[in-house]
Amino acid sequence: MEGKEILKGINLEVKAGEVHAIMGPNGSGKSTLANILAGKTDYEILEGEVTFQGQDLLELSPEVRSRSGIFLSFQYPVEIPGVPMINFLKASVNEHRKFKGLEPLTAGEFLKLMRAKKDMLHLDSELTNRSVNEGFSGGEKKKNEIFQMAMLEPKLAILDETDSGLDIDALRIVAEGVNALKTPENATILVTHYQRLLDYIVPDFVHVLYNGRIVKSGGKELAFELEEKGYDWIKNGNDQ
Amino acid sequence: MYDMENQDQLLNDITSQEYQYGFITDIDTDVIPKGLNEEVIRLISFKKKEPEFMLEFRLNAYRHWLKMKTPEWAHLKIPPIDFQETIYYAAPRTSPKYQNLDEVDPELLETFKKLGIPIEEQKHLAGVAVDVVMDSVSVTTTFKKVLAEKGIIFCSFSDALTEHPDLVRKYLGTSVPTTDNFFAALNSAVFSDGSFCYIPKGVRCPMELSTYFRINTAGTGQFERTLIIADDDSYVSYLEGCTAPKRDENQLHAAVVEIIAHDRAEVKYSTVQNWYPGDKNGLGGIYNFVTKRGICRGVSSKISWTQVETGSAITWKYPSCVLIGDNSVGEFNSVALTNHHQQADTGTKMIHIGKNTKSTIVSKGISAGKSDNSYRGLVKVMPGAINSRNYSQCDSLLLGSTCGAHTFPYIEVGNKSSIVEHEATTSKIGEDQIFYCNQRGISTEDAIGMIVNGYAREVLNKLPMEFAVEAQKLLAISLEGSVG
Repeated sequence: MEGKEILKGINLEVKAGEVHAIMGPNGSGKSTLANILAGKTDYEILEGEVTFQGQDLLELSPEVRSRSGIFLSFQYPVEIPGVPMINFLKASVNEHRKFKGLEPLTAGEFLKLMRAKKDMLHLDSELTNRSVNEGFSGGEKKKNEIFQMAMLEPKLAILDETDSGLDIDALRIVAEGVNALKTPENATILVTHYQRLLDYIVPDFVHVLYNGRIVKSGGKELAFELEEKGYDWIKNGNDQ
Repeated sequence: MYDMENQDQLLNDITSQEYQYGFITDIDTDVIPKGLNEEVIRLISFKKKEPEFMLEFRLNAYRHWLKMKTPEWAHLKIPPIDFQETIYYAAPRTSPKYQNLDEVDPELLETFKKLGIPIEEQKHLAGVAVDVVMDSVSVTTTFKKVLAEKGIIFCSFSDALTEHPDLVRKYLGTSVPTTDNFFAALNSAVFSDGSFCYIPKGVRCPMELSTYFRINTAGTGQFERTLIIADDDSYVSYLEGCTAPKRDENQLHAAVVEIIAHDRAEVKYSTVQNWYPGDKNGLGGIYNFVTKRGICRGVSSKISWTQVETGSAITWKYPSCVLIGDNSVGEFNSVALTNHHQQADTGTKMIHIGKNTKSTIVSKGISAGKSDNSYRGLVKVMPGAINSRNYSQCDSLLLGSTCGAHTFPYIEVGNKSSIVEHEATTSKIGEDQIFYCNQRGISTEDAIGMIVNGYAREVLNKLPMEFAVEAQKLLAISLEGSVG
């Protein structure tokens, strides 16, 4: 992380309505890419530019990126003890509304919205009564990420290893949620190590990231090819 | 990594907000010349038209105090205090007896408004009676009649001395003796007023009793005395809240609170302390040396202290419980927040004397800026206190890299059937937690307020509703922008 160049050559265009999958072996820079788009300040940007809806994304603070419509589903959602999920979400939703010049939701409106989204994702209502991610199982944490995504309705959702640590049932629920939230107006970037998730969320494009570069791009069939031949197939052709 | 310098810079920028309750009320005040000697004490007692025993109490305390030294064992840097430079008595000259609010000094009402406690609204607020202490003399007391119907006495200490001298005489100094410590002795000698509360046998006080304190006259030490007695099978919840106007010179505050709980009685004492903490360079601010002690005298009695401490330049305070009655219970729940150059050495003492006595300590320290925050607690189980239990949890949260957090637990267990547990943690606000909030559109300032309130929730939940809301805001305001 310190003093190491992680991402070296990424050229990616994501349009509304598209689903892009970024695949790659461990350490290829997948999560770094997700974090940089969300604005985590652990990284120094040496060169390059990121344009989001005509705006220079790198100029924006993480909270403004969020309010502008970028959502990161975390690989490891952090626990915030003592902060009820419902308070956290209400603050979050109202910040987004304020940014759009809308009045904050009343308690009643907020609860109604929450119920609707829970029904849509087939979530049990218990999660929102607990503290943010505190004591959640791996599956619960990921479901909670998708629930927040549903509440915030982002224009660009970046799902970082959303499938990791999920059993097949949880994976299905999470994937169905993501599919249900898909519209022609929003876009999704799936960051994943395995092809498995792509059985449930079918991408329009697949990019293979290796050593900080996108070394191969293609349609959904690329994922199958990768699954079949393994990452060695990529590594052998690209190691300097 | 988050850049440490930037963090500290941000912390500096936003925590350098001015104290928002810094204003001075211009009321005609009756002031005794500064300095302390037997003559001053006699003058205080005379001006207050006190009974003879009270003067004796004061003089005994004063004579003992002369032989005592300021305590130096705390983890505090206390500048030398010149006790002869302090004014020991100031009372608003306005007559304290009012029939309605129109008669109250408009300046005073304005002060209440700034404090956010307009009396006219307080009167209608269900369940809250307010005995407002302005400097040293109670200016107005509400709900007295409602309470009187139940036989509850809730009045200024001066009124109690006039109307119930026997009760005062019976209990005063039984929880905190005049010789207890330097500051308690000083308070006993010179205290000017305070609150008195008596709940008769079998009575459950129907409302939260609430007192707002305020230091007002420049250079006046505030020496409050509170005495709460809960007779057999009674219950009372008592709220104490403080905001002090801004001053450049340091002000001494040495209060004493005594609680006595008889058989099966329960007393809940809650404090939100927001005295002026000094400016961001450590100039000014209140020196707060408080002695608070409750005696669970009766069987199955219970005393709980809940405090949210955000103010004062120096805080020296250990609300304690002496568990004499068998099966009695003591509780201490504390959030202590320090910022800039504030210093706090606070905690509790739980003294188990009776059998099957229980105590719980939950302490949450939050340090920011260049402040120093210490927890100091004693759990002492006497040989006769068989089957007693204590559980202590002391957490420290650090914001930034220039503050300090310390824990000094003292544990003495005198028998083999008792169990004492102590847990302690120290943590920093996680960058990951802040980023998570940022990624959901929540600003860093709001994120910190939220995380700190979450950290303190266990204690905040113990506060009565209206107090909890105030305390939450106070924590968020006191720490806006402090990145850890």
